[in-house]
Amino acid sequence: MKTFGGPVLFLDRSDINTDEIIPAKYLTEITKEDLKPYILEDLKLPGFDPNGPQTKNARVILSRANFGCGSSREHAPWVFEVNGITAVIAESFARIFRQNMFNCGMAAIELPAADLDQVFAHADDTDASMSIDIESGSLTISGGGTQSTFSFEISPFDKALVLAGGWVDYADQKY
Amino acid sequence: MGKTTSEKIFDAHLVNEPFPGTKVLRLDAVLCHEITTPIAIDDLIRRNKDRVFDPTKIKAVIDHVTPSKDTKTATQAKILRDWARRHGIKDFFDVGANGVCHALFPERGFIRPGYTVIMGDSHTCTHGAFGAFAAGIGTTDLEVGILKGVCAFRQPKTIKFNVTGTLPKGVYAKDVILHIIGKIGVNGATDRVMEFHGSAIDSMTMESRMTLCNMAIEAGGTSGICQPDMTTVEYLWPFIQEEFATKEAALADYSQWRADTDAEYDQTIEIDVTLLQPTITFGYKPDQVKTVSELAGTLLDQVYIGSCTNGRLEDLRIAAQILKGHKLAPNVRGILSPATPKIQQEAMREGLIDIFMEAGFCVTNPTCGACLGMSNGVLADGEVCASTTNRNFMGRMGKGGMVHLMSPATAAASAIEGMIADPRKYL
Repeated sequence: MKTFGGPVLFLDRSDINTDEIIPAKYLTEITKEDLKPYILEDLKLPGFDPNGPQTKNARVILSRANFGCGSSREHAPWVFEVNGITAVIAESFARIFRQNMFNCGMAAIELPAADLDQVFAHADDTDASMSIDIESGSLTISGGGTQSTFSFEISPFDKALVLAGGWVDYADQKY
Repeated sequence: MGKTTSEKIFDAHLVNEPFPGTKVLRLDAVLCHEITTPIAIDDLIRRNKDRVFDPTKIKAVIDHVTPSKDTKTATQAKILRDWARRHGIKDFFDVGANGVCHALFPERGFIRPGYTVIMGDSHTCTHGAFGAFAAGIGTTDLEVGILKGVCAFRQPKTIKFNVTGTLPKGVYAKDVILHIIGKIGVNGATDRVMEFHGSAIDSMTMESRMTLCNMAIEAGGTSGICQPDMTTVEYLWPFIQEEFATKEAALADYSQWRADTDAEYDQTIEIDVTLLQPTITFGYKPDQVKTVSELAGTLLDQVYIGSCTNGRLEDLRIAAQILKGHKLAPNVRGILSPATPKIQQEAMREGLIDIFMEAGFCVTNPTCGACLGMSNGVLADGEVCASTTNRNFMGRMGKGGMVHLMSPATAAASAIEGMIADPRKYL
């Protein structure tokens, strides 16, 4: 199983799409590692720098509704993975992106909007960090001297994929 | 209680339910292209599992960047080509025979009512036009599909769209789907199948139904689905006439996949197209739509006609009808990419290519190319494109470029005027 948790990158907008996460022109790269420099290259948000320290240090992404909409490219989870980001927390996800995350043994975790607002309250804390416990379904955001804990649910299948580290070996044994 | 089309298909293809709410389905078609498949192939080799579950059910095409533009794209093409040869995948389409996957595979008769279809491409929902459950998936799901012929899904709920009325002059399937996406939003159908019913759909050609289902994903939909009928049978007849004694027999068989009249829907949305206007996107999300009159006069740099949404013969005919006898405005460049070689050839025979070229269009080979900013018509920073494609995301057709999605008719009228223009005055 991958490790989850660490510094948080706050992306405060809904409908962040896969073209913003990794533009199509980089889909000609043959290895996942080659995608690394292009993370979130086309995302335009106030105060966001795809090459800035908050992006480089991030281990968790926090966003709003319909994260990962658009293309089916698994390059989107991959570009996160090679940059050390293994979990995305959002109000909701696009179906293909969500499944791609779990298929890679990564976590796409949904939180209700009200809980999400409380996590986003830490957006200006330079020490904002999150711990995530997949087994028990809880996450804790800390920063600025305070912390809050929230529970979440992922489907039993998706949890099994995270615990197994992905879908290929699982499927090859069972089908 | 009756069933929706996708519920019937799920039941008929169910392998097992490993966890509550997750269903593993047997696949009838696994479609592959050179962007998302090579990494799956590499991973299978690395795992010492370089096998395919059934070479006759796997179809592959080089379509996103073709002919290859550089070493990287040539390598992707080579990985796919070598793999297809190695495993005896006969339905592999290389340079000269290749076209945009979601136009090419239906044209070859590969998609049938009741099928389960996956591809590492979000616009796989196009194939639901045939009454199939067709879903875009990522590379890992594709890899398992290639190896085992199965895919896991959360069973989607179904939204019924009852589309009634007669399409007015200058209004097409593209306008209908843009209107629907504008109405329900970019995640209005997430984890839902969009099942299309009603007299307006019944009177659509298969090409128009493909345009409609193609953009289901732009509302987050798992698959678009139309009800198989005699139009479906007529389209497929060259491929199925050995299988069925008569068209009526084919229709009777395919009708098993039609939704039951007492099927239960997540919601039902009524759309009357009678007063629908030509519809266009204006922002960076496909649900940001306005009528042509609200955007008329917007200056353009490029007009692009092609793609899996609107690069079929019917689309070229409509655009050519408007362009005939006209020239491109001096401020725009026009690019036409017919979606398959067959479409290109028929367009030549019908004289459509002449009309485009006399108007000043560049006619390229079939490819996805410019739609996703890969090749053959990428925009520069600040440029504006009128496009018959399916996505207007920021940077989609080139960093800093702006894309307005529209029908081929509106694109053709806009090409003549060099700005967004109403096609109805040319019809």
